[in-house]
Amino acid sequence: MDQFLQHILNALILGGTYALLGIGLTLIFGIMRVVNFTHGELYTFGAYMMFMFVMPLQLNFFLALILAVLLGVVLGAMIEFILLKPLRGADIDTTMLIMIGAWITMQNMEQFAWSGIAKSIDNPFPVDPLVIGTISVSWNRIFMFAVASALIAGTYALIRWTKLGKAMRATFQDPETAALMGVRINSVYIATFALGSGLAAAAGALLGPIIVVYPTMGDLAALKAFAIVILGGLGSVAGATIGGFILAMMEELGAGYISSGYRDAMGFLLIIIILLFRPTGLFAQKERVG
Amino acid sequence: MMSSLKRFALAALALGAMNWSAHAQDMINIGVSQPLTGAVAASGNYVVQGAKIAESDINASGGVLGKKIKLIIEDNKSNPKEAVATAEKLIVGDKVPVMMGAWSSTYTLAVMPKLMEYGVPMVVETSSSGKITTSGNPWIFRISPTSEMEAKSFGTKVGQFGIKKADFLVVNNDWGRGASKEFVKMLKSKGIAVGVVETMDAKATDLSAQIAKVKASGGDTLFVTSGVEQITLILKQSKEQQLKHKIITTGGSSSPDQLIAQAGAAANGSNHLLFFAPWFPETAPNPGVATKFVNEWKKRGHNFAGLTEGFRGYDGIQTIVAGIKAAGKADPKAIQKALWGVMVKGVNGNIAFIKQGPAGKESGQNVPNVYIVTIKDGKVSKR
Repeated sequence: MDQFLQHILNALILGGTYALLGIGLTLIFGIMRVVNFTHGELYTFGAYMMFMFVMPLQLNFFLALILAVLLGVVLGAMIEFILLKPLRGADIDTTMLIMIGAWITMQNMEQFAWSGIAKSIDNPFPVDPLVIGTISVSWNRIFMFAVASALIAGTYALIRWTKLGKAMRATFQDPETAALMGVRINSVYIATFALGSGLAAAAGALLGPIIVVYPTMGDLAALKAFAIVILGGLGSVAGATIGGFILAMMEELGAGYISSGYRDAMGFLLIIIILLFRPTGLFAQKERVG
Repeated sequence: MMSSLKRFALAALALGAMNWSAHAQDMINIGVSQPLTGAVAASGNYVVQGAKIAESDINASGGVLGKKIKLIIEDNKSNPKEAVATAEKLIVGDKVPVMMGAWSSTYTLAVMPKLMEYGVPMVVETSSSGKITTSGNPWIFRISPTSEMEAKSFGTKVGQFGIKKADFLVVNNDWGRGASKEFVKMLKSKGIAVGVVETMDAKATDLSAQIAKVKASGGDTLFVTSGVEQITLILKQSKEQQLKHKIITTGGSSSPDQLIAQAGAAANGSNHLLFFAPWFPETAPNPGVATKFVNEWKKRGHNFAGLTEGFRGYDGIQTIVAGIKAAGKADPKAIQKALWGVMVKGVNGNIAFIKQGPAGKESGQNVPNVYIVTIKDGKVSKR
């Protein structure tokens, strides 16, 4: 039972990061129809910025976190402006190839800038974990979970209740009609991409101090994010949130009670089963394209 | 005018090419395939730094067969598919007569069929899966210990750890699974109980599920086999979950100084099997060689934490050059034959090859030394 509770706790916390990774990706795909292959690199970028601010520059941990996320937003906006804006109206394959190119370039730049040796980031939290009975969790992870939850809720609120969110939803439903109604599509696109990128950078900046930071860390993160988006339904923020927690739960319990060797397979097995019965994913609002 | 300019350019190009090939003939190329990027990049880079020290040492003392040696280093990107591509490039493109590689059992095993196909020997500086020297590939000469040798060597000292029940957490590849198999066998032969044997993907960063399971097994010691990056994560996450197990890492890739730097207090109390203990080079079998190597490493400003990996590159290149010298020519077949007779005074100890694997197709295997160190209060101490 103790082991079960520990697994559930681990899964909840892991699910928070997964959800954060997933919603950034699903937003961009849902609204822009762009498969963002740089998602994992924005995550890595966030982690390296966190490293740079906390370790060599010795900034305050929490200030560093805010700066890392803001820089992720800026980088995302730049990618959108430089690479995607000129490709408006191009077919999905062209954009996909450009984004794959950007992914490889960014990963190699990270390698060049920081070398392949993993970096670790100090954190201001107590070394001893929080212990409740026989289960325990580090303070750093609790902090990560709290911030991730706040960011997910914030994103939700932004889409639901702000003018920008309304414009995003309108663009999601039908970009041409939205444009005719006076929605500035280009601004919506750049805001969406910047927001999605910021969320990815936030995931990296939050997770960096818990794990270690290295140039290819984004590959696995991106793979999980894609899985979560497919599971939750392309373009669905609620789907990605719930999908993130489901994937974490499957992995954690699968590894704990079936076999840790097939930990990653458990999640994907679930995705296959769900897609068999709901080909658009759990929460997709309309048919998939591409 | 245009055509003469063109002709001039062509002539310059041709001259350049001739110059290059004349230059190339003065050199003996040695291919190196290491993970310079990706999950285990730290280790691969250290091995290359060690190999470069050997290259300078050898060239400073006049090279081999009257020629200088040149390392052609390729990045296998911590990926077995890329490892095969690097071997193909080195052998077919650069025409190297011998190579060193490929850091992990998985990458080495992936490269091995290429060695058979083209008939080029490879000195394996790191890789512990038994399969490498027992699958009947006569082009393989391994200087690092097999998991079986490591387990046996540890077996002679297992008493001092007072283990009652051991659990395992190993990377899910040939290296990790091979190590857990051999250590389980050794422990059982000593009457020690074995609890759970958990695996993790080489890229995995969240190991909480595995650690929760180990915690529940009720053992007292956890054997870990993986690279330093994943060992760092295990130490940190074990502390988070308050795992009480004593941790012992195998495979020699734990870089204790890096663990102290990156895992901090979580590294205290952990034990590590190593094939070189750079903190005490004077206790190595060839103290002169080991001390000189450590001093040169420091002089070059390399990371001290990398010495436990870096020495492999040094010993590997020294072994290859001894083979080329004994062969009398830079020819793959001749080097393969000559490697059987080499006796190198390396950093780890004396390097020589015994035969392993099916008769007629034996691979060469060295019997290296194994050390155990403990991290206490943020410092490495000898066991």
